[in-house]
Amino acid sequence: MSVNHSLRDRFESGLAAPICLTWEVTYACNLACRHCLSSSGVRDPRELTTDEAKAFLDEVAAMQIFYINIGGGEPTIRRDFFELVEYGLSRGIGIKFSTNGSRITPEVAQRLAGNDYLDVQISLDGADAATNDALRGEGSYDTAIRAMENLRDAGMTGFKISVVVTRHNVGQIDQLLALADSMNAELRLTRLRPSGRGVDVWDELRLSAADNRALYHWLMDHPTVLTGDSFFHLSALGDPLAGINLCGAGRVVCLIDPVGDVYACPFVIHEQFLAGSIRDGGFGHVWRDSELFRSLREPGSPGACASCGSYDACRGGCMAAKFFTGLELTDPDPECVFGHGETALAQRVSLGPRPSPDHSKRVTISSR
Amino acid sequence: MADQPDFAAHWSLHPSVSLRDESFGAMAYHHGNRRLVFLKSPLLVDVVRQLDDFESADAALDALVADEQRAALCRALETLTSSEIVRVG
Repeated sequence: MSVNHSLRDRFESGLAAPICLTWEVTYACNLACRHCLSSSGVRDPRELTTDEAKAFLDEVAAMQIFYINIGGGEPTIRRDFFELVEYGLSRGIGIKFSTNGSRITPEVAQRLAGNDYLDVQISLDGADAATNDALRGEGSYDTAIRAMENLRDAGMTGFKISVVVTRHNVGQIDQLLALADSMNAELRLTRLRPSGRGVDVWDELRLSAADNRALYHWLMDHPTVLTGDSFFHLSALGDPLAGINLCGAGRVVCLIDPVGDVYACPFVIHEQFLAGSIRDGGFGHVWRDSELFRSLREPGSPGACASCGSYDACRGGCMAAKFFTGLELTDPDPECVFGHGETALAQRVSLGPRPSPDHSKRVTISSR
Repeated sequence: MADQPDFAAHWSLHPSVSLRDESFGAMAYHHGNRRLVFLKSPLLVDVVRQLDDFESADAALDALVADEQRAALCRALETLTSSEIVRVG
């Protein structure tokens, strides 16, 4: 999907309802991925109740939000997870959920297959166990592969294998695409952001400038690979990548967290980007009336990028990437393809803010 | 170029498609092929919503669209058939 300019201006000023709404239903997780963008681990006791969750889904249906992305934490850990999925589907809402695969047994896979309105996304961050497990924990590769096999064997096609691209797996994307083909699945590559616990590993795992250039050309050569519009900062390298190519925060996307707080996007779980709570008058009220969202829908200032001829291609890049690396929102993206981000990083006066809230499990000291 | 769709046939919004009004027109989402499509004029949205009420796409266009806009509307409708937002026959 590529989009012409007048339509992009419309997106910039916001829509009647989000195109893409992410709902993280729990902060509880059975993994502890080093780059978890929501700092998940432990359930928040204030989590939305089943009744509150259903009332929210009613509102999603009334606002005609076509589909929602459910994540976490590990969403399937919620006891009412499948009840909520079935409730949403019965309201005509398309549902895609992201999982590490640990609950996708052959029986569950049978229940999931064959419903057009339901899609599953299995997270995998490497083409082999060593690469994946270094980031997502021991055994997580085998768990994910088993879930994929269960989905494939149940006859589900077109489910997603979702990979956060790092410097350790960027050399494996052809293998990952072959894996997706062998599973009758689609490959989805997304950008590593310094969000959540990702802030602690971003420097270590982020792509080099050369990696980013190679990735851009690979994506241009493989248009069927999905990206969640997350590499739009690379569009400054030439022809635009598929997608709307601007920061959608508060304009076309937003995040509902497990306690009903609404943030501008899944990658900015921080009080500065908290728009309100669905517990105070519902989601529609927050989407339409929040002061934060209104300000995000104002035409953006190009800031430090004003003199760059490619501003129209990347619109200054990702807000979350700037915020959590300590850059100003008017600075270039830290991974600006022309290196302006590196300059800005070198000149920053302090490191970025710590993500909040943090639901990470308490650190246990490993004996190794 | 693919063959022109049959404007003399009955057309309708695909049953797997949801349509939501927006300031520029509407957004359509096909739950089967998961395509998101933008309908960039209120007139186009109006026609798409009413296709099912007419015996043919031509009849809908006759009733709803002025002559000078017809060619543009036909092109827009054709793209909606290729993305299966609109079903022919």
